[in-house]
Amino acid sequence: MRRLRAALTPYALIFPGGVWLAIFFVVPTVVMLSLSLQSGNVADGFVFTWNWQSYVDGLTNYHDQIIRSLVYGLAATLIQIVIGFPVAYWIAFKGGRHKSVYLFLLLLPFLVSFVLRTISWQFLLSDNGMLLGPLKNIGLLPGDFRVLATPFAVIGGLAYNFLPFMVLPIYVALERIDPRVLEAANDLYAGKFQTFLRVVLPLSLPGVFAGVLMTFVPASSDYVNASVLGGTNTTMIGNVIQNQYLVTQDYPTASALSFTLMALLLVGIFAYAKALGTEDVLEVAAR
Amino acid sequence: MSNPSTPDPAFLRGLTQRRLGRRDAFRVAGLSAAGLALAACGVQGKGVARPTSSAQAQSEVEKYWAGKVKNGHVDFANWPLYMDPEHPELKKFTEQTGITVTYKEVIQETTSWFAKIQPQLAAGQSIDYDLMVVTNSIQLTQLIKLGYLVPLDHERLPNFAKNVGERYKNESFDPGNVFTVPYASGMTGIAYNPKYVTTPPTSYSALWDPKYKGKVGMMADSQEIANFGMFVLGIDPEKSTPADWEKAADKLRQQRDSGIVRKYYDQSYIDPLAKGDIWLCQAWSGDVFQKNLSDGTDLKFVIPEEGATIWTDNFMIPKSAANPVDAITLIDFFYQPPIAASLAEYINYVTPVPAAQEIIRSNAAKATGEDKKTLEMIADSPLVFPSPEVYAKLRTYRTLADSAEQKKFESIFQPITTS
Repeated sequence: MRRLRAALTPYALIFPGGVWLAIFFVVPTVVMLSLSLQSGNVADGFVFTWNWQSYVDGLTNYHDQIIRSLVYGLAATLIQIVIGFPVAYWIAFKGGRHKSVYLFLLLLPFLVSFVLRTISWQFLLSDNGMLLGPLKNIGLLPGDFRVLATPFAVIGGLAYNFLPFMVLPIYVALERIDPRVLEAANDLYAGKFQTFLRVVLPLSLPGVFAGVLMTFVPASSDYVNASVLGGTNTTMIGNVIQNQYLVTQDYPTASALSFTLMALLLVGIFAYAKALGTEDVLEVAAR
Repeated sequence: MSNPSTPDPAFLRGLTQRRLGRRDAFRVAGLSAAGLALAACGVQGKGVARPTSSAQAQSEVEKYWAGKVKNGHVDFANWPLYMDPEHPELKKFTEQTGITVTYKEVIQETTSWFAKIQPQLAAGQSIDYDLMVVTNSIQLTQLIKLGYLVPLDHERLPNFAKNVGERYKNESFDPGNVFTVPYASGMTGIAYNPKYVTTPPTSYSALWDPKYKGKVGMMADSQEIANFGMFVLGIDPEKSTPADWEKAADKLRQQRDSGIVRKYYDQSYIDPLAKGDIWLCQAWSGDVFQKNLSDGTDLKFVIPEEGATIWTDNFMIPKSAANPVDAITLIDFFYQPPIAASLAEYINYVTPVPAAQEIIRSNAAKATGEDKKTLEMIADSPLVFPSPEVYAKLRTYRTLADSAEQKKFESIFQPITTS
């Protein structure tokens, strides 16, 4: 009896998570895969026909937007590393006893709704707004200069909106570096730069890895930033998918595009994990 | 021992051919089960045929309305800024009939509203509203075609018959008002900010003028941009053919690729226009008027010389409505000229009740000061009461006959805005 119970325990433990995954991941994925292979329309219904044409159509019409999404996501992620790493470093090592205050300040803007934050960027960056208006008035910028409705606005918005998801994992990785390791480096005549390059940086990489995962994936599939801050030729694949579902009601093409995007991101993540190793990452992510 | 130079045939077979083991059998079984699961996810169609004869339509009406009674309540779904926030019309309605009304501004966009209610309507479930207002559009055609709307009993709409203008009684998207009756109409034309645009645009070609590079706003809606693309080429959108659509699409692509269009907007074009991010854009008539009134801006709206489209927002009752009798009573209430006048005074869109103009005039005569000026302006506004000359320039949207035509239309125009 006890043996049986022992044998069942792991399954019992995995049950809640398993059910969750089954309902909210497996079922939607199967439905989406199925939809992507159906043909028909809303009025007459959709029938499963192994219709691969949706993939062909989706990729021929919207490959630009898929590539653009990945490029924007990557650019935003790089910007986040450049901005986020020093911030995390400063809070972890120079924050002193106010560390938690700084972390709270970092997160404070993110208590406001995602969409609202993006719309406030629209106000800030408007052509004659509080930022560009004065610069134009004193002649520093040409009159027809604009930031909104350009790729820079979209990438900037993406970088801004997902920044904490980059800073926090890096902070966690830096925070857990044993100070004695740094002292040892010092004892062994490593300068500040040497210490950073050969001790701190390698130890922080798992944090950077986790940060990249947590920002690149949502940034590449985002559609709010492109629709609020973008203009022509800045549409991302998320906007296309939303349009295909809601406006055109071409469910198969929308599903095919979603599935393609998911597959591309998964392949990318696996390649990336393979290249950098995953054990440390899981450790950081678990904290 | 076999000869080392000629390997054992069994060994060779093992190297070159896959052997199916128990696991493979499971895998094959699993795959076919997955295939079955995939096939089981088909989405059922819900299309129904439109009644072909008036006798058939009449029998549908009788079948639906038989035994329906007044329940004393209506749930009304409408667009934001489409009624005075105090709801004076609804209060009067409750006073007169004893029917209470819950009014919610939940419809922001035809497409997203359709996407929201479609699954419930398809399942025959209530959408929690007895009355809703939807623009004539691809989605409205679908609502009708999918059989989601109640055929209206015109015997219960005496005010509609008496007071509504003739042109609203035979709209191409719903001839004979079988399922829909008008709430208000508006025009899509060009709005501009006179601070930046010094020569008032008179033609659609202004939106293609390189001197406004990066300062032109267009709409993201496929039908709206298609109409503009056709007007500028001298094509009547209402009678357009797929060949015309291709030509219009070329023109619109050229406008986009030469950098003239800044962005394709949903309803959010009005703020950028007021701020000067865009200088001129596609716009809906009432929006410009309301923005000027509420924020003191001085935006202008023009109906270009080529003509413009007029759209109609329509009352309709979803099939699953719990209180259809109360809903149709409320619909008819809105066609009393004083009520129509009071609504038009606030929303500044075209009212389907021409008699409202005289009432607004007489209200203006009684009012004083600022109110008097506003009321006089509304009574004389061609955007609220278009003159016959203006009406002559107005066209309606092309009604897309079936899903194949709709798909064709969208596949031509949608890639332009999602570039």
